[in-house]
Amino acid sequence: MILLDRVTKQYGRVGTPALDRVSLHIEPKEFVIIIGASGAGKSTLLKLLTREEKPTGGKIIVGGIDYEQLKDRDIPLLRRKIGVVFQDFKLLPNKNVFENVSFALEIVGTSKSEIEHTIPKVLDIVGLKGKEKSMPSELSGGERQRVAIARAVVRQPKILMADEPTGNLDPKNAWDVIRVLEKINRYGTTVMLTTHNQEIVNKLKRRVITIKDGKVVSDRANAEYKVA
Amino acid sequence: MSKDHELERKWITLTRIFKTGCINFVRNASLSIAAMAVMLITLTIILFSLIANATFSNTIKQITDRIDVSVYLKDDITPEQRDKLIADLKNIDNVKSVNYVSKDQALENYRKQNANNSDLLVAISQTDNPLPASLSIKPNNPNNINDIKVFLEGTDIQALQSDPTSYSGDRKDAIDKITHATSFFRTAGAIGVVVFAIISMLIIFNTIRMAIFNRRSELQIMRLLGASTNYIRGPFIVETMLYGIISATVSVILLNALFAAASSTLQASSLGLLDIDYSYKYFSDHFWVFLTGQIAIGIVIGTVSSLIATRRYLKFKSPK
Repeated sequence: MILLDRVTKQYGRVGTPALDRVSLHIEPKEFVIIIGASGAGKSTLLKLLTREEKPTGGKIIVGGIDYEQLKDRDIPLLRRKIGVVFQDFKLLPNKNVFENVSFALEIVGTSKSEIEHTIPKVLDIVGLKGKEKSMPSELSGGERQRVAIARAVVRQPKILMADEPTGNLDPKNAWDVIRVLEKINRYGTTVMLTTHNQEIVNKLKRRVITIKDGKVVSDRANAEYKVA
Repeated sequence: MSKDHELERKWITLTRIFKTGCINFVRNASLSIAAMAVMLITLTIILFSLIANATFSNTIKQITDRIDVSVYLKDDITPEQRDKLIADLKNIDNVKSVNYVSKDQALENYRKQNANNSDLLVAISQTDNPLPASLSIKPNNPNNINDIKVFLEGTDIQALQSDPTSYSGDRKDAIDKITHATSFFRTAGAIGVVVFAIISMLIIFNTIRMAIFNRRSELQIMRLLGASTNYIRGPFIVETMLYGIISATVSVILLNALFAAASSTLQASSLGLLDIDYSYKYFSDHFWVFLTGQIAIGIVIGTVSSLIATRRYLKFKSPK
């Protein structure tokens, strides 16, 4: 599903690279946790996968798409296949829950009737049934993040990337969000989660990839949090 | 995905782009007004220049049509001499037509012209016809009748004439004046159009730049969610097209009101050199052409500037 072969990303001409010859293989339907200190290269990795950044070297193939062959005009098509969730939610403050989620469908030309049919189901999955009309400012952090997850998965992407989705949340809300991610993974979506949260990593017992100074220093299944 | 389905998606996307453009236009009202005001000035100058140009051309044509050279013939010249003179005149390049007016016709014309003046009519009926036969020569180019003049000043031709040749000289002066004024107004109009078109493009450019800045978080989210370039860019183009349509419509309505007011309240058929009545008539006759043309120009100005602004400030290219 996701293949990185000796991927390097260097910002500027000098200095240490943000990512240094990183090779990874993530299978379909996997739930992978990526850990590492701030500045280790986790976010750079996700940015390369969503093609917000271009690698300086190496090969990236996601869902059969070789990024080297990818033209600028095809980037939107790639992003439609990957759901992304951010630490700061990135919701539109002047749109309500329903509108925020439907935004992801509107931009790809989904009909109104299809939108009205799909959104209640997705809001049900993330546990926000009945909150359709609420504005983001009226929601808790955890609820906001679940709106963001609903928006990311409403188009049923094969891959969901969550970049520190619990970073701004208290433990209870954080767990609500993680439970939703697990549920989505059970429906068949590959999930990549980056986090700092030791407790979450230890309880989830999933594959854990540790990045330090731009390098993969460990990659273990059913692992616990261990700072390399 | 079936072709019909794909077509439906495209149609839905297009209507959403238009809808978003209209919503943004309303939200962006305070910025839009400045952009539209300057576009209104530009379009009004364009429209006014076109109408003034047509009016001047018409005035020149009207006066030019009336310009002729009249040669008065002695009573005693023979039909052969007359016919030869006509044929010689027709051989001159600049002669458009030569019209012979006999003594009888001249008298008839005189009577018609003075039908209300019975004293004159009585006086003329009591004498022999005092009016000479004449040749009325219409030149192709009234600004250059020298060749005709040279020919008529030849001594053998002078011998055939009863009175000095009439060149409608006063009208020629008027034409010269209007021609000069027209070329001045044309140049001034062209410069005005160019200057204001550039200013309005710059202002629209900045309006869109501000709009992009105001909506940057929304645009970033759209991009991350996989919105296509056209979907992100489209509403900005629609917004500036609306500037064009509204400004064009207002400029046409404004000019219509101005002409209506000028021709009815000034009670004057001409304002200096500009024949207001003709201008108004020309404008009314071509109303729909002008409206459509203005809208087209407005759309072009708006679209070009927003295309440049979105290309410059919405970074579609992926980073290196």
